[in-house]
Amino acid sequence: MEVVAARGGRRSRLRYVAERRGFLATLLISPAVLLIAALVGVPLVLAAYLSFTDAQAGSLSGKWVGLANFRSALHDPIFRGALWHTFLITVISQIVVIVCAGLLAHALVRRFRGRWLLRFFVLLPWAAPIALTAIGFLWFYDPQASIFNWFLIKLHVVDPQHLPNWLGTPKAAMSSIITVQAWRTIPFATVIFIAGISSIPQEVDDAAAIDGATGLRKFWFVSLPLQLPIAVVAVLFGIIFTATDMIVPFILTNGGPFNSTQVLTTYSFQTGINAGNIGEGAAIALFMLPVLALVAIGMLVFARRAEVT
Amino acid sequence: MTRAWRHKAFSYAVTIPLALVLAFPFFWMAVTSLKPQAQVYDPTKVWTFHPTLANYGFLFHHTEYVRWLRNSCFVGLMVVLITLAVALPAGYALARLSGRVGRTMGVGIFLTYLVPPTLLFLPLSRVISQYFHLSDRLWSLVLVYPSFTIPFAIWLLMGFFKTIPQELEDAALIDGCSRLGALVRIVFPISLPGILTVVIFTFSLVVNEFVYAITFISSSANRTLTVGVPTDLIRGDLFNWPGIMGAILIPSIPLALIYNAFLNRFIAGFTGGAFR
Repeated sequence: MEVVAARGGRRSRLRYVAERRGFLATLLISPAVLLIAALVGVPLVLAAYLSFTDAQAGSLSGKWVGLANFRSALHDPIFRGALWHTFLITVISQIVVIVCAGLLAHALVRRFRGRWLLRFFVLLPWAAPIALTAIGFLWFYDPQASIFNWFLIKLHVVDPQHLPNWLGTPKAAMSSIITVQAWRTIPFATVIFIAGISSIPQEVDDAAAIDGATGLRKFWFVSLPLQLPIAVVAVLFGIIFTATDMIVPFILTNGGPFNSTQVLTTYSFQTGINAGNIGEGAAIALFMLPVLALVAIGMLVFARRAEVT
Repeated sequence: MTRAWRHKAFSYAVTIPLALVLAFPFFWMAVTSLKPQAQVYDPTKVWTFHPTLANYGFLFHHTEYVRWLRNSCFVGLMVVLITLAVALPAGYALARLSGRVGRTMGVGIFLTYLVPPTLLFLPLSRVISQYFHLSDRLWSLVLVYPSFTIPFAIWLLMGFFKTIPQELEDAALIDGCSRLGALVRIVFPISLPGILTVVIFTFSLVVNEFVYAITFISSSANRTLTVGVPTDLIRGDLFNWPGIMGAILIPSIPLALIYNAFLNRFIAGFTGGAFR
């Protein structure tokens, strides 16, 4: 009798605890928090620790060398090149993305015949795995059979005797990488821009029309400020995806020719994995942190602003 | 009337050229994949060639392509299961935790999604081989991929759960349901479309992943799709471009169709998390 009562008491107590909101919330969230701490937090700290050591392949420990890795990186012309190329590729490709995605979003937000198919075409580069489509571009840029060259010859832009070698010469290789980065980011930006435009309530549109705002003026003074927060978030995403991407440069040029397209990610991979200098590789990768921090702050600011409107 | 017409003209004038440029690579991949080897290096033969499926046969019978497909699917399914198990409860709790704490935690978890694999692969490669002894095993990927799928999934799920009215749950509570019971019996079934969206986008994130896969996996038989095709089909001495184009198209086209079908839900979840 007593045992049963005690058990019942414990169960109801358990049940009482489980019904408390704070307890239940902690119970539901903590596995996620622990897993993220273990899989993102710990490696991040480890990466920072490794960058201060001379750890080699095959071990996680090395001698503490202080700032030596960072100092040698900053004196390394290849690293400085990588920093500059990362910046160039990110900025130029994202400008292209903003222009194209902005136009596409304003066009696709309206209803018209054939929209489904055109939107499907626009989505393709985003949906397909970029590691695979980048190989496709390896083929489109092939010095012997480049389809782009074939177009350029037909348009009489290039001389068939002096065809550009898209991945074999420094400047052409940079623009090839920028093209692919823009190509694959446009769909995502378009989709989020569309969400931003359609989040503007119809009443605002009507009010603007009554006040006599039309065309570009309406866009500049009414639509743009309202869709800006979500659009900024999309652009910040594009910056992160491009600046920290290794896939496109790795597959297209792997930093070549002569390190002319070396970026932080490929150089960190070559130093850390191929050459086995884990400490130095980690130091190179850590130079991405300032960009990440800036973008994160930007996200926080604009997420809050989006909430206010 | 004229204004509507002008809008339509603008839509067509912008989307048709841009959409064709964006989709052209896939068209050209498809053309190349159907060409016989002898005509591959001749771009002038755009329409006038004898289409052949021999390249796809080569892919399936003379390479490890099917194996890579299977590996990618295996890792994808395992990671989706782990992700759902962890992200469903967390996403729900964060959506229902009103006020400052919930929002800050939600954004905090989301920010961890921004930490890229290229920053973590060096320490993780050592941890995987030294402490877990999982080098060259698919399980190493199953272990590491939740690091980016879980924050992503929590974010989307938060957006979906926020759209479910609290009153539905309160009604279930009044009817004698426990809170967890209401979650399993009321909330999850209603959010099934949202959960399906998360499954699809998580799976495609996993299939897309490249940096960890190329760092952890070293033998051809254990590669996933994204690493197997560039390393084994290109670095090998055979340069079968038509076969490689087929290898790209086979996963890309179904993924694109599914993306297209679930796009609106994805947007709703993605922008609904906290930007609203």
